[in-house]
Amino acid sequence: MATPPGGPSSGNWSYGPAQGQGDGSANGYGYPSVPDHRQPYAPQGPGPSPYDQPQAPRIQPVQPQRRTPEPAPAGASNNPLVRPYAMTGGRTRPRYQLAIEALVHTTAQPHQMQGQLPEHQRICNLCREIKSVAEVSALLTIPLGVARILVADLAEAGLVAIHQPGGDENAGGQPDVTLLERVLSGLRKL
Amino acid sequence: MVAGGFGVGKTTFVGAVSEINPLRTEAVMTSASAGIDDLTHTGDKTTTTVAMDFGRITLDQDLILYLFGTPGQDRFWFMWDDLVRGAIGAIVLVDTRRLADCFPAVDYFENSGLPFVIALNGFDGQQPYNPDEVREALQIGPDTPIITTDARHRADAKSALITLVEHALMARLR
Repeated sequence: MATPPGGPSSGNWSYGPAQGQGDGSANGYGYPSVPDHRQPYAPQGPGPSPYDQPQAPRIQPVQPQRRTPEPAPAGASNNPLVRPYAMTGGRTRPRYQLAIEALVHTTAQPHQMQGQLPEHQRICNLCREIKSVAEVSALLTIPLGVARILVADLAEAGLVAIHQPGGDENAGGQPDVTLLERVLSGLRKL
Repeated sequence: MVAGGFGVGKTTFVGAVSEINPLRTEAVMTSASAGIDDLTHTGDKTTTTVAMDFGRITLDQDLILYLFGTPGQDRFWFMWDDLVRGAIGAIVLVDTRRLADCFPAVDYFENSGLPFVIALNGFDGQQPYNPDEVREALQIGPDTPIITTDARHRADAKSALITLVEHALMARLR
């Protein structure tokens, strides 16, 4: 029943005049669609960019000057030039199929967070109080698909616990009668 | 799920009963589907963003109900498929002045088998048509509840949710 993406309507996918229909250079997030290595990221905040530092004081000339971008810096989450799936290493599928309403709860101790990706740390900080995958996406302004992948990564690393919604496998994952009764009773008490 | 045509009051409904201000999650889509892993040659690929507003209601210490407003654009069915899995049911909000706007949602839920109720959202406090007239016009079977509501009011939204869950429960017990 569902119209497959790229199906009959594929010629009409973007909406709104601002979509990067013609040049492919922009999307809803303002990320460039094409990698642009000329300027990996704009210098931001106080202090010079590492690329602007004079070379003279260097004592150990071990590394040739790198032309490729460094891994995303700590401020990457605020940097609109990092494309969303760069955070996931290009993966578009999570390791688990997480429901959009699956609940995420951080189990990691603070010392375990050291060395984690900034996005992973932000999710762990957010989910000290239980949150759904949808809330992770909305509150951290991460596209839903990316949030699913990052949360699944954290679950595999044992840093968060996931509570997938209970469903009756025989009924296509629909909630069972006990759950419906609890929801009904809860709504009536509101 | 809270479905219905554009501007029918989905986010208003969610906001009326949610314990948080409605949040917005966005999904990035490419015309060549999200199943394609290699996005490095996407220069000529059209991307688009699907937004969904949602709210939450904590019903018990270990029970949270999420309310998802469906993306307004009918062509984003795949997002609906994602939402239907694990959903209790759907409220299809209807503006009786623009009845046809709800046809796609009604068709979708009839086909998916997800329990749904029709909620006539009274704009300006008016309900120009009664539920029986709408049932006739929409060709909805007698089993599907049709109620009137005011999406701005918490009590109305809560009552609509209760009707939906009762309906879903009856459907499961039948």
